[in-house]
Amino acid sequence: MNELSLHILDICQNSIKANSTLIEIIITEDTYHNLFEIIIKDNGCGMSDKTLSEVADPFFTTRTTRKIGLGVSLFKMAAEMTEGSFDIQSKVDIGTTVKAVFNHNHIDRAPLGLIEETICILVLNEANIDIYYKHSFNSQTFIFDTREVKKVLDGISFTNFDVIMWIKNNIKEGIFDIHKEETQ
Amino acid sequence: MKSLDDLKKIRDAAQKKVTMRSKNDGTRVLVGMATCGISAGARPVMNKFVEELSNRSLDNVTVTPVGCIGECAIEPIVEVLEGEKRTTYCRVDVRVAERIVKEHIVGGKVVQDYVIGKFRI
Repeated sequence: MNELSLHILDICQNSIKANSTLIEIIITEDTYHNLFEIIIKDNGCGMSDKTLSEVADPFFTTRTTRKIGLGVSLFKMAAEMTEGSFDIQSKVDIGTTVKAVFNHNHIDRAPLGLIEETICILVLNEANIDIYYKHSFNSQTFIFDTREVKKVLDGISFTNFDVIMWIKNNIKEGIFDIHKEETQ
Repeated sequence: MKSLDDLKKIRDAAQKKVTMRSKNDGTRVLVGMATCGISAGARPVMNKFVEELSNRSLDNVTVTPVGCIGECAIEPIVEVLEGEKRTTYCRVDVRVAERIVKEHIVGGKVVQDYVIGKFRI
């Protein structure tokens, strides 16, 4: 996986399988402190301490924990490759939080990539999970929240292609804007 | 978030159409979106389906990301469901996705070059 947004998509699939109703994706870019941080937080079924201690091991693949498999270990590797850090916290019935910190200017840090495509795919999931996306670049912030979109949509499904295209362009423009204003 | 007015227009247009169909009628496209699928390139494939179907206004077709069916070596896997009929495609890229929309979903003819039987018997 050569984009961080692909890792995000992968990790979020775990949250979906954990029966979450809300996934929060929080990306913080701080070029003054050379930080690139990704937090993925869900309110799903969570994991026991025993499972939690084993998820980062790529060879731990029993049936019950198969939902984790290689995804978490690849994401961890991506963070550690940039001399960053990786942390996963979980409580049964409360949810799981995955946090990966990257060195912003490290040569091995993969680009974020097409995050708007990732979010569109998450929105199309059958379980109808709400997605909260917050992206900060130094002082600029962009927020996308499917709960707000749902209010406007008034019962119209996200599977409507016009809606999906609107979401995609909205996120693309939003992220472009927060980066643009900072460099001017 | 901006351009919420555009979203309202989309909603109003969709509300006029929505009474004509129920949620599960029509064709369904399932794209394998587990670790294996994503790393093999399932995300651009899924987006290609959304774009192509959107451009052709094929509103009765839905695209859904699904998990892994256990054939990770021949991902990206796409299944097209038309009622009881299920067609499984393997090693799908954006070009094949375009063909599936054009030849199968619109034209009604299965794209034989990429069905699972070519890769697994």
